[in-house]
Amino acid sequence: MSLHLWIIPLLALTGGAINGLLGRRFDKKTVSTVGLAFVGAAFAMALVTAWRFAGLPQDSIPYVERFAPWIRAGDFSADFAFYLDQLSLVMLLVVTGVGFLIHIYSAGYMAHEGGYYRYFAYLNLFMFFMLTLVLANNYLLMFIGWEGVGLASYLLIGFFFRRDSAASAGKKAFIVNRIGDFGFLIGLFLLIRQFHSLNFDRVFREVSTMGVEKDGIGLLTTIGLLLLVGAAGKSAQIPLYVWLPDAMEGPTPVSALIHAATMVTAGVYMVARTNPIFDRAPTALMAVAIVGCVTALFAATMGIAQTDIKKVLAYSTISQLGYMFLACGVAAFSAGIFHLMTHAFFKGLLFLAAGSVIHSLRGEQDMRRMGGLRREIPVTFWCMTAATFAIAGTPLFSGFFSKDQILWKAWSSPYGSWIYWLVAVFTAFLTAFYMFRLWFLTFFGEFRGAKGTGAEHAGHGHKKDVPALPEEIAIEVTVPDTSTETAKNEIIRRRGLILHLFTEGEGPTAETTIKAQIPTKRVEGLETWLREQTGGRASYTIREARRAYTAETAEAPKGHAHESPRIMLVPMIILAVLSVAGGWIGWPQAIGGSNHLDHFLSPVFKVSAEAMPAGTTPGEPRGEAASQHAEENVELLFTGISVGAAFLGFLLAWYLYHRRRDLPERVAVQLGGFYRTVLDKYYVDEIYATVLVKPLIYFSTQVLWQDIDVKTIDGAVNESAGGAREVSDTVRHMQSGNVRSYAGWVAAGAALVVVYMIWSGLR
Amino acid sequence: MVPLSYYLALSAILFACGVAGFLIKRNIITIFMSIELMLNAVNLSFVAFAAHWHHLSGQVFVFFVMVVAAAESAVGLAIIIAVYRTRETLNIDHVNLLKL
Repeated sequence: MSLHLWIIPLLALTGGAINGLLGRRFDKKTVSTVGLAFVGAAFAMALVTAWRFAGLPQDSIPYVERFAPWIRAGDFSADFAFYLDQLSLVMLLVVTGVGFLIHIYSAGYMAHEGGYYRYFAYLNLFMFFMLTLVLANNYLLMFIGWEGVGLASYLLIGFFFRRDSAASAGKKAFIVNRIGDFGFLIGLFLLIRQFHSLNFDRVFREVSTMGVEKDGIGLLTTIGLLLLVGAAGKSAQIPLYVWLPDAMEGPTPVSALIHAATMVTAGVYMVARTNPIFDRAPTALMAVAIVGCVTALFAATMGIAQTDIKKVLAYSTISQLGYMFLACGVAAFSAGIFHLMTHAFFKGLLFLAAGSVIHSLRGEQDMRRMGGLRREIPVTFWCMTAATFAIAGTPLFSGFFSKDQILWKAWSSPYGSWIYWLVAVFTAFLTAFYMFRLWFLTFFGEFRGAKGTGAEHAGHGHKKDVPALPEEIAIEVTVPDTSTETAKNEIIRRRGLILHLFTEGEGPTAETTIKAQIPTKRVEGLETWLREQTGGRASYTIREARRAYTAETAEAPKGHAHESPRIMLVPMIILAVLSVAGGWIGWPQAIGGSNHLDHFLSPVFKVSAEAMPAGTTPGEPRGEAASQHAEENVELLFTGISVGAAFLGFLLAWYLYHRRRDLPERVAVQLGGFYRTVLDKYYVDEIYATVLVKPLIYFSTQVLWQDIDVKTIDGAVNESAGGAREVSDTVRHMQSGNVRSYAGWVAAGAALVVVYMIWSGLR
Repeated sequence: MVPLSYYLALSAILFACGVAGFLIKRNIITIFMSIELMLNAVNLSFVAFAAHWHHLSGQVFVFFVMVVAAAESAVGLAIIIAVYRTRETLNIDHVNLLKL
């Protein structure tokens, strides 16, 4: 029986190709219809696949579908082949399901943006690569998907490429990911060297015959560590997380889909997929746990001080990914995947709701200029509430089950430790705190937008508090009537040139006053330049324009906010339902559930279980009922502690950001330097710039470019050419055209021959 | 009996004079004469060898050379006259139209 898995990625690719190649001529409705239809079809196909997968006999799982050979070299082969087991099925459903919802949302969110077709083409392309990634049956095909989603991510982060920051954020994401991919690739090479294959089934079959690398760094540990580097790049873990906050430059639905729900979880998926190797390499496993643990804590602290609503969510994403890594690192892979799934729901929803807030405020992202929005945008508010409670770990919400499972495993797994647990609980407290801070700042209190008082951090004097410059300013160049006709024409010509430079397309015009919108970036030095260009004769004014939406704002009777259109709200509501109920499939046994997901996924991680010390297999109840009961009591206690931590976070946020709004400012002043360090994200970007980027650039330009390339390589080429020219310059004087000098040469030659003959005769 | 080496030395000296004349002189007539001198230097060594080895082929060669030299001087002098008529000079450095 064939499941025809290839149809699913191909649907997404077709949608992307149609929009990408022909979309320029389509109107927006056609573009979104095409984009949605193909992804919707892919989702439907995924559902059908899931249904038919359930009917597969046990021995045909994992189900492998080959449809084209790809690389055959000696005994190494990699095919275009898909691999479906419980793990990829979960990923498949999450990717297509959440992806489809976010496509729907995008149709509303992006309705007023340019490049609509481009957006949907990229988004569908992303879906194609993501599906390739999760369905691949070998590491090489997975790597294709891996790189492809990186490409789509790059394209979408830089979607507003006219904005310099967006373009460079895209580049940053791409380059940082290359560092991770370097590790990933080396890991793959080692796999090929050892197993002569990259196919999952063959590698894992051979790995399962190998023993656990108890001490020291063996081959499996090396491979595991290298794969971890790759995963850390894609999943934004320390030290390669720096690209993710910057990736918020992309459109918000992109942040939701790629930089929260799906792509960034690829690293977790890869680690979980590779579980047979990691299980035999405890050192690598420990590295995964430590990286995840540290990242979770570190990112959560950074999330506390952010004022940009999307940045808070970005750090929250990094932190939650850290949780997933922690779960994988204590060999609780199914807990990690569970959290991946619930996280896709609630974090996707958080971003969509944040997008809805931003949309309703026409581009405002700073939480200090929000507030009291729950009455204006109630649906968004309730969706956001569901997601916030889910991520904070409120009992019965989805995040509670998955996070709690991770916390429990961090303690109880044979690879666990109380340190992991403590850090994770503290992080849970921080998570609840920053999420409810966001919630209170956005939806409660008074609206602070129009007046721009910036109550929270007012008077702090930090650069972050300066209101952002408008995107564009108005420039007005007036020609004085008094000047002579010639001079006037000359000024008009030059002014036309200026406007042409700044406004792209306006030629010289005879209007006496011209207004143009130019990007703020170009204002520096503009005045001087204008004076030079118009010879000081034209008068010019540069005014700060109001934001583009002020005119619209004035029309709205209420003053600031409006609810988003239904096309955006419906996906949010569906995700809200999933955020609440999505965790119920992993209802732990400790509180009377049966943890379906864990059982469902257990065949995938069976090989890992074999590598574990006997009797300590996590997720499986112990043999004796009594000890199981005792353990459940302990688990319940732990659950209580983590819920308590989350509640504490809620209380603190409530007190600081709702009850006593003046306090945060004073706390910030009290903390002084520390607060600023956190606000500036521990200066990690600056440290990277100083320690890595600048030396690298210096090395590249000075040594590699100037010394090696210009001086050595080019120098060798140029010098040999110059040498040849000099020699020929000397020699060409022999060919003077003077016949007698030729005869002289002949005579000299003959004399030489004679001398030689005499000399050899004498000898 | 004059030894062979004397003849050869004389022949070499004459030949060297011819070469030198050919290289140094600018007048076409002089150059032409230098060529004749070189040919005759060669003739001398031919005859000397013929006498030395008691072999006639050297002498036969001399006749060949003389015949060719005679033909050559006829053609060459005709060319020189033609050059003089067109260019009104016999300086070889001025006859350089083919030179780039």
